[in-house]
Formats: sequence, C-alpha cells, structure tokens
Amino acid sequence: MTDFALTTFSSKGKLLQIEYALNAVAKGDTAIGIKAKNGVVLVVEKKQSSILVEESSVQKVSLLTDNIAATYAGLGPDFRVLSQQARKLVKKYDLKYQEEIFVQTLSRELAEDVQVATQRGGIRPFGVSILIAGYDEEGPHLVQLDPSGAYYSWKATAIGKQAKNAKAFLEKRYNADMEIEDAINTALLTLKEGFEGQITPTNIEVGVIRDDHVFRILPPSQVKDYLEELE
Amino acid sequence: MSGIFEYNGGSIVGMKGKNCIAMACDRRFGQQMSTITTNYQKVFKIQDNILLALSGLNSDIHTFYALMEKEINLYNLKENRKMKPTTFANLVASSLYERRFGPFFVTPIVAGLENGKPILATYDSIGCKSDLDDFQVGGTGGNYIYGACEAFFKPDMSPEELEEVIGQSLVSGCDRDSLSGWGGVVYVLTEQKLTVKILKTKQT
Repeated sequence: MTDFALTTFSSKGKLLQIEYALNAVAKGDTAIGIKAKNGVVLVVEKKQSSILVEESSVQKVSLLTDNIAATYAGLGPDFRVLSQQARKLVKKYDLKYQEEIFVQTLSRELAEDVQVATQRGGIRPFGVSILIAGYDEEGPHLVQLDPSGAYYSWKATAIGKQAKNAKAFLEKRYNADMEIEDAINTALLTLKEGFEGQITPTNIEVGVIRDDHVFRILPPSQVKDYLEELE
Repeated sequence: MSGIFEYNGGSIVGMKGKNCIAMACDRRFGQQMSTITTNYQKVFKIQDNILLALSGLNSDIHTFYALMEKEINLYNLKENRKMKPTTFANLVASSLYERRFGPFFVTPIVAGLENGKPILATYDSIGCKSDLDDFQVGGTGGNYIYGACEAFFKPDMSPEELEEVIGQSLVSGCDRDSLSGWGGVVYVLTEQKLTVKILKTKQT
C-alpha cells in the first residue's frame, strides 16, 4: 500500500488508467444483456483457450442473490472479486433490513467499491465492465458497471470485443414490447452475429430471470434447444 | 444504577385494528420520585405510515429516535422511495442488536400500515423482535395496561373503537403505576389520516 494514488489526471483531464482498463474490457469476450417486459437475459461468450480446459468449471454468470446475477467482459479474476463483494453487500443489506435489495441499490453500492479503486493509494482500477441483471419489486433491470465506477441502466447492451457491432444489431432488433422468450432469441442471435467459429451450448453461458424473481443459469441442454430454434 | 428502565418511568401501548393501528403513551418525564415535566413525547411519526413508540431511559428514547430518523431519511434519499413498515421493524431490531454489549435502555414498539394491513412489532432492549400479537405494551406501567387490554380488546375494531379501547387501557394502567401518567396521548393511524388526542389521567 502506497500513500499516493496510482490513477492521476493527465494534462488533458483524462484518467489514463481508466481508459486502459476500458481497453482491457474491449479485448474481453463479448457479453450481451437484454431487458424484456417480463424478464432479463444475459448471454456471454465462454471461449476456452484449449480443448483440454474443463468447460463446466468455468462460470461466467454469477448469482449475486436469488433474483440478481451478473456477468462481465475483461479480467476474470477481477470479476470474481467484485462478485464476492456484491454478494457480501447483499447480505449486509439483508441483515439490516431483512428485505430484498433493489438492483439499483446494489449497483450503486458496488459502484462505490469500483470507484474507490480509481482513487485510493496503491491500487489499480478493476479491469472489468459488469452487466447486472435482476428482477425486483420495481420490475426487470439491466445495469452496466464500468471500471470508472459509472453505472448505466440499459434496455439492451453489449460489452467486450463485439460490443460496437452487437449494439448496432440490437438497436435494430430491440423493441419495448419484447417478451423474455423473444429477448433470449435476440440475445443469442446477436452473439452469433459476431461469433468466431461455431456457437455451441458449451462455449456460451445463458442466464435468465423471469417475473418469478428467480435467476436461472440455463443448463447446456436448454441452451441447445434455444440454439436449434435459431436455425 | 438499579432499575435503569425504571429511572424515568413511562408507559406505552400499541394496538391493531381493522385497517388501522393505534399507539398511546403517557406524558411524564420523571427522575425517580420527582416529576420534571408532563409533556414528554414518547411516540414519534417516522413516516406517514409508521409510528415508533419508545419507553425506558428518556435519554435513550431521544437518542434512539434520532438514530431512526437519520436512518430513514438517508434511506429515503439513497433509495428514492419510502420505507416499508416491515422493513423499518427489521431495521429497529438490527439497530438495537448492533449495541448488544452497550445497549439502548429502551423497549420500542413499532406500528404501521403496509398496503392497508396493520403491522405491530415489539422488542426487548437488544432487538428481539416479536410481531405476533395484536396489542403490545412497554414501560413501567406495562403489566397494568396488559390487564386492561386483555379485558377490553377485540380484533378488527374500527378507528373510533380502537381509540377508545387503547385510551382506556392506557389510563387504567398509568393510574395504577406511580411512575407513569400525568396525561396520555393517543395516536390513531388509518390510510387517510393520523389523529392525535390528549387524555387526562389521575394527576399524581
């Protein structure tokens, strides 16, 4: 731990460390989120570096609580740390209020931890953008949390390698009346658009929450059904 | 200090009615056998639909109330919404337990209306919440008030009936307890309004 901040302003008023963190995110595997009328879907690429990797041991969609989950683009270990932080925040809230935390509240509190890493002495910013998806009393939510600590609510968005193309695709395909099943198909289509190679049930991960407030990570068998529907 | 809960004296009572709740307290602020003032507030409106009554050491009554006010205000600003009565009831419990080894010498009662449904919760001084009963008491005159409540209470009373019953119970109890009394205040909360009535008790 040093006394001075590692992230300091450039003469142009930029925080270069954050820009570089965003570069790391832009190199990461694509993740897509779509908010429908009655649910939210998260879809993320899970390309492994080698066929020797145990695909089932890699989990890119993390459950933060029963009705909120997150995925990311960027540095996996940083996401792991932030997921754990988020889970603790949920439990802390639960102990105090014994009430289901709102997605916006969780996003705001987690964002504080991310921002601290851009201003505290001796530590670097987190190298991930996180997509938080949840269904609370207010309805479905999709929130993006960036390395700077800024967070945005989206109707549909993409982060990572194919973010730009995916978002352009989504802008055309998205409509506010979408039901969750349409959203799942659209998300898979969007991911398929920029996918290098063949998309399979094991090299992507799909998480869905519907109005029952229960977030489910789909098993490969279910993902296979959705992928086949796309044909 | 033996009987720190008895030092200032005072009694509170909370009751559920049909889509309404009532809370009552005495007005005495004493120091053992002396009476200092007869207009001490012990029931607080935390939100339009939540009342907090506190009995015990007056210093802690005020401090704990101020702490709850701060919590709910910050919550309203941060979460941009009102707090639900059941959530507030839980907040009181966790806030009391936070001071497990240096507690607030208070026994709170929380009463509220959540979507029209009456909520009533009581606690010991370290946050053991109980929300199972339709009426609860607290303070030095508590046991005397219990007697009157058991006799007069019936479920699903209208706001007018509730006001009468809780008022009579409070007065009966406080008149017997030497450390409580010097007037009573009854609060009745319905979806539409909060009525406050000042009662006369035996002036001793």
